[in-house]
This record gives sequence, C-alpha cells and structure tokens, in this order.
Amino acid sequence: MLTAIIVMACIAVVLGAILGFASIKFKVEGNPIVNQIDALLPQTQCGQCGYPGCRPYAEAVASGEATPNLCIPGGPGAGQAIADLVGVAYEPPGGDSAEPAPKAVAFIEEKACIGCTACIKACPVDAIIGTTKQVHTIISSVCTGCGLCEPACPVEECIIMEPVPTDISTWKWKYPTYEVKEVKKVA
Amino acid sequence: MRTLHTFHGGIHPPEHKAESNAQPIVQAPVSKRLTVSLRQHMGTPAKPLVQVGDKVLKGQMIGEPAGFLSAAVHAPTSGTVIAVEPMAVPHPSGLPDLCVEIEADGEDRWIDHAPIDYQTAPTQAVLDHIRNCGVVGLGGAVFPTHIKLGVQGQLDTLVINAAECEPWITSDDRLMRERADEIVQGIEILQHLLQPKATLVGIEDNKPEAVSAMKQAAAGKAIEILAVPTLYPTGGEKQLIKILTGKEVPSGGRPYQIGVVCTNVATVYTVHRAVNHGEPMISRVVTITGNVKQPGNFEARIGTPLDDLLALAGGALPDTNRYIMGGPMMGMPLPDSGYHVQKGSNCFIAASDALFPPEPAAMPCTRCTHCAEACPVGLRPYELQWFIRGKNFDKARTYNVFDCIECGCCSYVCSSNIPLVQYFRYAKSELMERDREKRAAEMARQRSELKQQRLEREKAEKAAKLAAAAAAKSESPEEKAAKQAAIAAAVERAKAKKAEGDAAPEAPAETIKEEA
Repeated sequence: MLTAIIVMACIAVVLGAILGFASIKFKVEGNPIVNQIDALLPQTQCGQCGYPGCRPYAEAVASGEATPNLCIPGGPGAGQAIADLVGVAYEPPGGDSAEPAPKAVAFIEEKACIGCTACIKACPVDAIIGTTKQVHTIISSVCTGCGLCEPACPVEECIIMEPVPTDISTWKWKYPTYEVKEVKKVA
Repeated sequence: MRTLHTFHGGIHPPEHKAESNAQPIVQAPVSKRLTVSLRQHMGTPAKPLVQVGDKVLKGQMIGEPAGFLSAAVHAPTSGTVIAVEPMAVPHPSGLPDLCVEIEADGEDRWIDHAPIDYQTAPTQAVLDHIRNCGVVGLGGAVFPTHIKLGVQGQLDTLVINAAECEPWITSDDRLMRERADEIVQGIEILQHLLQPKATLVGIEDNKPEAVSAMKQAAAGKAIEILAVPTLYPTGGEKQLIKILTGKEVPSGGRPYQIGVVCTNVATVYTVHRAVNHGEPMISRVVTITGNVKQPGNFEARIGTPLDDLLALAGGALPDTNRYIMGGPMMGMPLPDSGYHVQKGSNCFIAASDALFPPEPAAMPCTRCTHCAEACPVGLRPYELQWFIRGKNFDKARTYNVFDCIECGCCSYVCSSNIPLVQYFRYAKSELMERDREKRAAEMARQRSELKQQRLEREKAEKAAKLAAAAAAKSESPEEKAAKQAAIAAAVERAKAKKAEGDAAPEAPAETIKEEA
C-alpha cells in the first residue's frame, strides 16, 4: 500500500516537473491564430471591415466577435481561407460589397494640395511624404490603395484614386478557353 | 572521345531546316524607320536617354541599363529620334511598351567606339564593356550576358549552345558556317573571363556543315566541337548541359551552381564584335521562313520592321494569316506583320492554316501519360493539368510547375490535343501574382506596425514632456520659503538703497548710467 502511494507520488512529481518546465520553455506569446488570420488578410489597413486595421480585425475574428466575410479588398478568397482556418461556415457578404474594387493607388494633384498634412496622418502605411505648407506626394509603390486619405483631405479633387493599369510586367496569362462552335442540326 | 548522355523524353517534329539553310546570310539594307524597344532583355527595362528630336549616331546608347538585371540599348543607325512612346512589341499580352523610333538619315555614321584588350584589361572592365554594349542571350531568353560571364568561383565546363533544335530556325546554322572563326574568337574571350576546365560546343547532327566549319576553326584550340543527336529540346540550356556533361541543374537552380555556364553561339559572336571591335549589339541574323517566296537568313538591324524583311524574302504568300516570332514550338504568335526585330528574334515564320493547321478542339484527358514520357524535365503534365483546372495552384507548385521550360513537348504528343503549356503558363503567372501580393502585404503590414509604434512612442514622449512641465510649475515648501526669503532680501536691499539715496540726493548721473 505504502509503496504504491510513494510510487504514484514520485510519478506525479516527475510529470509535474516536466509539465512545469514545458509551460515555461514552450510558452506561446499571444494567440497564434491571430497571426495566422493576419497573414491571410491583404494588409491594406483600409478599415472597411469596421476595425481600425487588419490586425485588430484578425483579433476580432479570432475571439469570435467578427465574422470572416468582412474583408472587402480580400474578397471571397481571403474570407473563405479565414473561415476554413477558424472552422466556421463562410457566408458571402450581402449587397454590392461582395465584389472587391480594382486595385488602385492614391495620387495627389499637386496644384490642389495646400500642405495641411491631414492625409499624412490618415495614411496607415506612411506612404505620403510632405510637411506643413509643402506639397505632399505619394510613394505609389508603397500605397495599398485603402483610400483613407481621400476623405481626410479638406480640398476637393486633390487626392484621386487612380486604378493601376495592367502593363507587360504585371500582365497574366489567361485560363485556356475555346470558342464554342454551334453545331447545325441535320434536317 | 567524350561520351554523350541523354535527357528524359523529347520529341522529333519535322525539321523544316532545308527551306532556309542553303542560301548565305544577306545583309538587309537599313530601313527608313527603326523601332527599338527598351525591354529587349530579361529584367528591368532600359531607361531612355534620348528625347524626340535628338540626333543619334549608329551605336549610340539610347537606353541605359536600369539596375543589376538590365542591359543597354543602342541606336542601330544614325538619324533622328521621332518618337519615344509605347508601341506594339512582340509580347503574348499584345500590350504596347516603351520604344524609341528613329528615322534613319541614310549616312549610317558610327559613334566613336573602341575595342577593349580583354587579355590585359581587368575582368570587371571587360564585363562592364559587355554590359554597356547591350549583349544579351540571343537564344531566346535574352538574359544579360555580363551577369552570366561574371559568375565567381571555379568553373568546370563552358557550354556553347549551338544545338538550334527548334524546327524552321537556321540563323545559328548559317552563322557557324560563315563566321566560325569569329565565333571561336568569341569563345576565347569567354574562356579568358571564366577560365573553364573544358569548353564544349554542342551542335545537333542535322547541321553537318556547321559542325565541320566549327571543327576547322577550332582546330588546335582547347575547344571541343560535339555533334549531338537531333532531338527536340536539345537546345534547352539544362538539356544540353545534361547531354554534354551528364550533370543535372537542380530544380529552381542555375547552371553555375554545378560549375557550368551555358551561352548561345550567336551571343558568343556578339561578344566578339563587342570586345574585339567595340561594336554594341545593333544587329543580328534573323531567319525569315515559312509561307514566304524565298526563305533565307538576313543580318538585320535591331528595330527593322518585319514587313521590310518579308519583302527581302520575296514577300509573304497570299494565304498567310499570322506570324510567329521564334520557332513553332516555343515561339510567340503575332497577329500581323506590324512588329520589329528584337535582340531575341532569331526567326520570323509566316504562317498559314495550310502550313500550321489549327489545333482541333481539346478532348478530355485519357491518362495515356504520353506527356510524362515526352517531358524533358520529368514532370507529369497530366497531373499538373488537373490541379490547375481545379485552381489548386499550391499543389501545382508542389508538383514543380516552375520547372516547366514551356517547350511544348507535352502538348505536341497529347492525343487529346489539350493545350497543356497554356495551363502551365496560366498557373505560373497566377502563382507569381500571388507571391507579388504576399510580398506587398508583408511590406504593408511592417509599415503599418512601424507607424503604430511611432505613434505610441510620440504619445509617450509628449506625455513625458507635459509631466516635466507640470513638475516645474508645482514647487515644494522649501523652495517656496527660499524664494520668499530672496524676495524679502531684495526688498531690504531696495530699502537700504533708498535710504542711501535720500542721504546723497545729488549723485552723479554718469554713475547711474554705468550701473544701468
């Protein structure tokens, strides 16, 4: 009887020590699912989902507070991937928001710019250069096309969202398709 | 005697070389207008150096290399720049691209140019010279040559690719027959730069005249001329290396990783012209064949209109309804003749439905696996095709779709006429687009995080500043007492001064002034 208790106690101590060590050594900082969701989002930081950026939205989805179908630039592709990841059914968002807008970058009309820095404060990725009473400009290679600078600008027709044209370097091959031939009925 | 190896698969389509390989290369006259594209090489397009109205000389640099993976572009003749704008270029998209159009003045006057003594000049100077001469790989991939020749480390083998395995094309064949000595001089430059242990020239055995001409020119030199069996795609870089050395380039790798550099024979000739004569790449040998009256080879300036070359070949026959730049297997279809000679245009084929019957409609895959037997890379095209049709691109990547060289063997042997290569091109460009988007998203995420951190830091700094200012305002009781004592002392002093002043009212004005 006593031996059994001692043996069980020893096993409990050893296993406890292993578990204790593992909980310190392999401690996971934060919720890893948030990082995984964040990696699936397009990182435009546009806030169209109702959250202030991609990471806050990822946190909201991870906690079950938000549904995976709110990301508009990511479209159904990102939505489906997130839904698969968190294990919920994907429902397409209603209304006309279902279709992601064509990729665009912001452009500042320099004649109209008054140098107010309002857009610089609004830009989530620091893609706008300029300072007070100096003309601002956009680094188009960094701009995510979120459009947050457009409403922030107090001047009309200063910031324009210009669609990115397809050129030779960004052109893609199409899915092979065939012409459908009409087969005439033999009388 | 060197033993030759074999690669997996391969096909033997009708050669059609006899149409154009009998006549010597004809010098094409300089056209009135030349349209030079600024994207004639793999990598970043050249940056234009000229504006509309500028006078240019033959061989003048009109586009400078922009970045590491780029090459220079030169004026093919002397004349006036009449346009720098997007124009039609041979590209599968059909989209226009930036070109420089030059109106020839008929003088064909050279700019000052000088050869470089490659044996005494430092290696980097020779490479820079080749870069500034705009030399790129002329086999079709147009990879900037100076990068290939600048590889570091010990090289086992220098492979000169003279296989010319695509049907119809004979430009390298004619070049070797007629200018073998100059090609050998070019090989010697490459040997000096790369110091390979062996130099092998691979020529398909359907070109016996070229083999004997090259053997004669290379006699007594450390260059081995090897006739390799005719089998498409022997001229693929990795396939030719496998045949000649038995070594396989790793998946996704480059030949230099296994100690091999492979260069096309026409490129070697261009390196010779650039180094030993100082001439930049402004012309090349082009085969004009197919549905034309007198097929042949022409040495044409870069930017020569295709129409002018067709006229030299007796004109396209009436039933011609499209053109192909390159060979029928890997070439690029062109809807009409409104295009110009590029550095990579080794051949233009006038095509008709009689010569190249349109593909019948595709039927479902029967899993006959002929495509896998023919694939020179050892892929399984039938499986890849299913993944791609199911939009399962990640799976296509795992099954090495990026190793596909787009040679077209699988489509050629497919008993169901499935356009397999088109599926692979589609999958590759979708995957590349995804990778691009991923990189952009990663950058945006980092920048957004950095901005958040900056805002928080600024907020903290502001709070600290405010706290410091508030601390300065509120004083401790000792400080208050000290201040009050100081004020009292000052009042005392003033009183004392007043008393003194009352005693001596007529103090001299100068003293007061000085004190003030």
